[in-house]
Amino acid sequence: MNRMHRNRTKRVRAISRNGVALIVALVTLFPIFWMVSTAFKPPTEIYSLTPHPLPAHPTWANFANVINGSVIGMPYWTFLRNSLIVTLSSVLVSSLIALLAAIAVARFRFRFRATYLIMLLIVQMLPQQALVIALFLDFRAANLLDSLAGLTLVYIAFSLPVTIWMLRNFVAAVPRELEEAAAIDGAGPFRVFFRVLLPLVAPGLVTTSVFAFIFAWNEFVFALTFIGTDTSKYTLPIYVTYFFSKGSVDWGAIMAASVLFTLPVMIFFLIVQRRLRAGLLAGAVKG
Amino acid sequence: MPYLLLLPSAVAIGLLLAWPAIQLAMYSFQDYGLPQVTGAMPTSWVGFGNYRLVLSDPEFWSALRISVLFAVVAVPLTLVTGTLVGLLLNRLGRKMAAFVSTAALLAWAMPAVSASVIFVWLFDPDGGLADYLLQKLPSWLGGGAHWSGFNWTNAPVPAYTVITLVVLWQAFPFVAVSVLAGLKTIPAELHEAALVDGAGSWRLFWRVTYPLLKPIFLVLLLLSVIWDFGIFTQAYIVTGELGNRDEFNLGILAYDKAFTMPPAYGVASALGMVLTVVLLLVTAGYVRANIKQGAVA
Repeated sequence: MNRMHRNRTKRVRAISRNGVALIVALVTLFPIFWMVSTAFKPPTEIYSLTPHPLPAHPTWANFANVINGSVIGMPYWTFLRNSLIVTLSSVLVSSLIALLAAIAVARFRFRFRATYLIMLLIVQMLPQQALVIALFLDFRAANLLDSLAGLTLVYIAFSLPVTIWMLRNFVAAVPRELEEAAAIDGAGPFRVFFRVLLPLVAPGLVTTSVFAFIFAWNEFVFALTFIGTDTSKYTLPIYVTYFFSKGSVDWGAIMAASVLFTLPVMIFFLIVQRRLRAGLLAGAVKG
Repeated sequence: MPYLLLLPSAVAIGLLLAWPAIQLAMYSFQDYGLPQVTGAMPTSWVGFGNYRLVLSDPEFWSALRISVLFAVVAVPLTLVTGTLVGLLLNRLGRKMAAFVSTAALLAWAMPAVSASVIFVWLFDPDGGLADYLLQKLPSWLGGGAHWSGFNWTNAPVPAYTVITLVVLWQAFPFVAVSVLAGLKTIPAELHEAALVDGAGSWRLFWRVTYPLLKPIFLVLLLLSVIWDFGIFTQAYIVTGELGNRDEFNLGILAYDKAFTMPPAYGVASALGMVLTVVLLLVTAGYVRANIKQGAVA
């Protein structure tokens, strides 16, 4: 009797736990759902006095407006290309530089090692909206404003502290004996690097490059400040706020632009999310 | 050899992070505004002049109050929500846990720009969902017709309520996943032993879980303070892109001084330095926590 009773309370608890979990998940997904739903609604439904969860007459018009650039004067592809250029090149370069630094801190003992690591933790916390003031003046002097290359440079540097910090754990996890064995077999340092270390660190590189990707893809402050006058150099975050700030509040267009901005990173994220979880706390990346 | 490997990263970080920070400190002691930009006047050292200007500016005190109050509200809210979700995730079945954590991490990976824009739309006075639902809410819950067309972004308290929701939505997943990772390291026997002793879940948390996860909570607390005190993108967008001066926080005020005509780089740098120094004080705690946990070794 007693046992049956206990089993029942256990079951009730498990059910209510799952109920709460379901609510948490749905509430969390709701803003994303609302963005997508609004993007497919015609204006009459967007500004209706009784909003409906799903569009009654779904339309592609918002997407068409945004993609053809009838609002901003330039098609979506321009800005997608800009974002891809800046993001991919900064991820590539910063991963390479970070890997070198990670090998140094994970494999060697040297005098300024601890200093270097502490420096990484500190610079990572410097507020970007303050540094952007000095960097803006430097970039103006160096003629790097309104330039995708300039933006790429900033993204490389700002993703380094986190990527090095995370990557060094992955390098340290590769058993040193493997490298030593290869060296004994007569492999030079380059062969050891490409044949032994690189394949084993590859999963770690994927994880850290996801963080670098999300950082560069989402970055707002520097893009807002450095790409001021040349609309054709806008990256996607600035493109989204462009619709937002130009007085005419066309929520259909804003949400469609937002979907087009968010979708690539969401898809990418869903593919690699299992890896990501492992590195989340180690990297301490801001959202 | 190690120095050669470190060289590229040291150069990049030095030139684009450390040097601008030093420049910021120097500008904060200089007279640097429009006349200096156009070359009509050279920059000159003005000692603590910019800081005196800042301290006597009521806008600074308003912005500082907003930054502090926001952190005081948003940090505990994020930590408590994230911890509760983390504890929940730990007790769910595998499929449900994967579903909830995927949903949460999607919110986390959402660009801050999109998240802010979505919430501004949810809380829009014309057609926004929030006002509509609040209007439908029974009056004993505070609902009613007075919510119709309520403007959330033209006064500090409602605007920062929206910003708090954006930040909570995007930051709790990080806390939840981190707490979950910590919970997985606690041996199940410890929990069972406590349960056999008749401890309820409240006591279980404070007697067993919390002491064991204390280092993780400390890091999460410090990181949250740093992020929320320095919040920029979300606040910039929700408060109308430099539109409402009485809704400025410290970072936005500094940004506005530098990038709204006429530029006042000296004063802006002084404000930026105030923000930086506060954050570095918290970071010192973060670095110490990392050293204690042996992360620097």
